[in-house]
Amino acid sequence: MAKTIEEINEKIKAGKAVVVTADEVIDLVKQKGAKKVAQEVDVVTTGTFGPMCSSGAYLNIGHSKPRIKLGGGRVYLNDVPAYAAFAAIDIYLGANALPDDDPRNRVYPGEFNYGGGHVIEELVGGKDIRLIATAYGTDCYPRKKLETWINIKDINEAVLFNFRNAYQNYNVAANTSNKTLYTYMGVLKPNLGNINYSTTGQLSPLLNDPYYKTIGIGTKIFLGGGTGFITWQGTQHNPDVPRSENGVPKRGAGAIAVIGDLKQMSPRWLVGTSMLGYGCTITVGIGVPIPILSEEILAYTTVTDDEIFAAVIDYGGAYQNLQPGIIGEVNYGQLRSGRVVVQGKEVPTASLSSYPRAVEIATILKEWILSGKFWLTQPVVPLPGIDSGIILKPLNERPIEE
Amino acid sequence: MAFSRRIVLHFPRRLVNRPIVYRLIRDFNLEFNILKASVTPDEEGLMVLELKGKQEDYEKGIEYLTKAGVRIQPLSRNVIRNEERCTHCGACITICPTGAFKLDFVTREVKFCDEKCLACGLCIKACPPRAMELHF
Repeated sequence: MAKTIEEINEKIKAGKAVVVTADEVIDLVKQKGAKKVAQEVDVVTTGTFGPMCSSGAYLNIGHSKPRIKLGGGRVYLNDVPAYAAFAAIDIYLGANALPDDDPRNRVYPGEFNYGGGHVIEELVGGKDIRLIATAYGTDCYPRKKLETWINIKDINEAVLFNFRNAYQNYNVAANTSNKTLYTYMGVLKPNLGNINYSTTGQLSPLLNDPYYKTIGIGTKIFLGGGTGFITWQGTQHNPDVPRSENGVPKRGAGAIAVIGDLKQMSPRWLVGTSMLGYGCTITVGIGVPIPILSEEILAYTTVTDDEIFAAVIDYGGAYQNLQPGIIGEVNYGQLRSGRVVVQGKEVPTASLSSYPRAVEIATILKEWILSGKFWLTQPVVPLPGIDSGIILKPLNERPIEE
Repeated sequence: MAFSRRIVLHFPRRLVNRPIVYRLIRDFNLEFNILKASVTPDEEGLMVLELKGKQEDYEKGIEYLTKAGVRIQPLSRNVIRNEERCTHCGACITICPTGAFKLDFVTREVKFCDEKCLACGLCIKACPPRAMELHF
């Protein structure tokens, strides 16, 4: 019995929708069978909570008196530079931005205790943020200097706009070299001393809809504690990778660009993050509802960690030189057991994304839907699929000869 | 030798030049392992010790140190997890040399067993949300 999103929304409105998390649906199908569950369950909620670097927020701070044109000038928020190349008072703050006087990796490994992600967390948390700006001054915008506190409740717009989030699977990071590496995948000890991974596996949004049959542009989602939307495929969206028989990609594949009103969000779900020796970023909470339109869609949501495979990549040289560096293939059931065997060695594993927080997100989204405050949207356009012809290209580097 | 404790000693400036720790072995028959030491002449000193011995000897040793003017804190209080900031990701688990972080396989939450913690500090900068704090 196929359902439509309109029918599901009617049931949500009537308070009769049946919603379960991507965790719960696994056991439910084991108990009751797929056919029955596909009829009974209307929505499966997913969740992920991990560091997501291509994230940031744009703000419109309101016009000062006299007016200033920040575009083409310089703007700092708590000493962290924001991008000021738009109109008078629009700025964009990237999660990886660092204060000019941060020592970075000059003292190796750099600590990166405060950056753009931390400013976003504090802004969302309602703290006053110190804005210092210089501009060149024009006839219509004469002011050249601005120093003021700003607060999220006073400014016109604060919008989270992340252009690559919620990666559909990702590299599992290892290090075969003989020195400790400080990477965006955490601290990697030498000689396969540890292995880090970063996905919530069976709870992760795009791993529960591997062919993007329900998730697309316009899908309404949980974003940072508020509601947001998918606006586009994420940069580097790369659907045509090796997949298991269940359709789940075995490598980093799809990704989403997301947008949402920062004023609705919460610092619990947008956490400023420091990766030792690498930089600052932000940990973002995302939850996507999957409408159970058919038995086929339900089957995708019942995927378990044991059925999701990923490549173990050597960050001890191969990764840096854009070589495949695949030294093993493991599943998330193995990774979550705390140990995997790679190259004949038993290696302890750790996660960079939080499974308990992802469960919490999927549960909150479930409650929102059950209480009728969140309804589903029909995607305007699906995300590009495996037949889209997208090929992830390396940089075509060409020497510049004058 | 069943009894062992990890403690932090704060030496006031006037005591730094005296052989205080030496007397713990000679007079109280305690075995010790220095986990961390920062003792500079004419400045306040700090030492993290693991003491082993009979419980009565340990208590006498502590009494001696206290009378001598050394301030003592139990070590396990010194690395603290800020529960507000911890996201239970698990990045600390493979970083800790003593296995003080344990994954609960049911809830997937990370438990911090502070009695195993040696306060080496490796987790502090390796924690992405900076939830681990060193308190002296």
